[in-house]
Amino acid sequence: MSDLAPWLEVVLRAVAVLAAFLVLPLLVGQTEHKVMAHMQGRLGPMYAGGFHGWAQLVADGVKFVQKEDITPARADRWVFRLAPFVALIPYLVALAVIPLSPRVVGADVAASVVLVLAVIGVGVIGTLMAGWASANKYSLLGAMRAAAQLVSYELPMVLAVASVALAAGTLSLVSIAEAWNPWWLLWQLPGAVVFLVAALAELQRPPFDMPLADSEIVFGAFTEYTGLRFAFFLLAEYAGIVVMSLLFAVLYLGGWSGPLEQWLGWLWTVLKGFLVAVVVIWLRVSWPRMREDQLQRLAWVWLVPMALFQLALTAVGVVVFP
Amino acid sequence: MTTRDIVFTAVGAVTALSALLSVTTKQVVHAALWLLVCLGSLAGAYLVLGQELVGLVQLLVYVGAIVVLVLFALMLTRAPIGPHAEIDTPWWQRLAGALLGAATTALLASLLLPLFSGATADLDTPTTTTPQVAQAVFGTWVWPFELLSVLLLVALIGAFAVSRLVLHRDGADGADGARHPGTVSSGARSDGRG
Repeated sequence: MSDLAPWLEVVLRAVAVLAAFLVLPLLVGQTEHKVMAHMQGRLGPMYAGGFHGWAQLVADGVKFVQKEDITPARADRWVFRLAPFVALIPYLVALAVIPLSPRVVGADVAASVVLVLAVIGVGVIGTLMAGWASANKYSLLGAMRAAAQLVSYELPMVLAVASVALAAGTLSLVSIAEAWNPWWLLWQLPGAVVFLVAALAELQRPPFDMPLADSEIVFGAFTEYTGLRFAFFLLAEYAGIVVMSLLFAVLYLGGWSGPLEQWLGWLWTVLKGFLVAVVVIWLRVSWPRMREDQLQRLAWVWLVPMALFQLALTAVGVVVFP
Repeated sequence: MTTRDIVFTAVGAVTALSALLSVTTKQVVHAALWLLVCLGSLAGAYLVLGQELVGLVQLLVYVGAIVVLVLFALMLTRAPIGPHAEIDTPWWQRLAGALLGAATTALLASLLLPLFSGATADLDTPTTTTPQVAQAVFGTWVWPFELLSVLLLVALIGAFAVSRLVLHRDGADGADGARHPGTVSSGARSDGRG
């Protein structure tokens, strides 16, 4: 796209990223409806749109738009209203720098791995703001659980990603995926497991959904939200699945490497990411919710040592087989 | 004035304004949120100056972790919504705070401004890249870096020891606590005293 005017290229890239940001989470959401339903021996949405309920999430969106936007009387008005956007925008920024192939990338940044990790860490602040500003004890409890969980799981995640960056010798996602070879599937396996578990916890997906635990604290930090603002929090969750799945595909599964990668590279990245997203849904169906102490124990007793072991293993590998 | 100058001025103004709001607001959680804006836009200032890695690490460490911990600690104290009489400060404390802040600013400015007044950097071809930052930290400055790590480790062990020692002494008061010195909880402590 180098023959276009710079401002036009920027606008086109931004529109493309925004389109991906609006469409991919819906695809993951619909997949979740159907895959979950079939794993539990039922059909899932079947009517909206005709063919296997493909328009169910569009209908949900229309329903959310029609609902009244309520701010509780005792809430902190501005913080309450800003929170959904603070939760949503980091994933938009993260999606912009994740490459689908060396040429299909929203913005090619030199230290894109650090950028993705940094903005994902910012997302939790939206949950904290929502929980505190709602003036509701369940919201506050949910926000505190979310903060405790996300601070704990950020460390193993950063360590696991650092190991990949060390193996590739670069902080750029494009260069990392280019340095990848099939041996990494074995060499980086402990780090990949740590990353997947920590990503699930960062997304607050079952079995790590203590902050939302609907049987204990209604819906955690999002209890008081209605209509479009609530939908934004849901969109943030599914956009998070998209970001984490694509990141996993680029870091651990080689991204666009596959047959005909000159032309079909972006397709391989999307397919690998989709596969990871299905695994994320599968894990949700398979495991019950963890208790808060089990959750912290898993992070500090298992994941952090595993990530440190992976870092040492990578360092040895890099030094011995340069 | 180039585009970079304008952007830098804007980011700097946001940083300074949010810093000021963070210390003048009457609501304790709002102070933490303004601090968030301040540290985030400081990362923006690093980015404008061509130090991509420093800016991103600032975002990752300060915005993503440290302010989250500050907010978490505030929520543990049930920080109220709206201004609150209990956590307000008297006028002389505010005056002393303003004086101390101004003095520190003057001290730092008188030290740093002459030091870097002549320094220039070519922003279009940035010379400080990630490998160079790494070489500086783990090469030239490796001993101060390691010393800081040891300091943090000592602080960590110290915090751990303080919490364990306090629990142990309280537990030794009561017969119940003395039997299980390692697992004294607040519940067992009240049992021992009763």
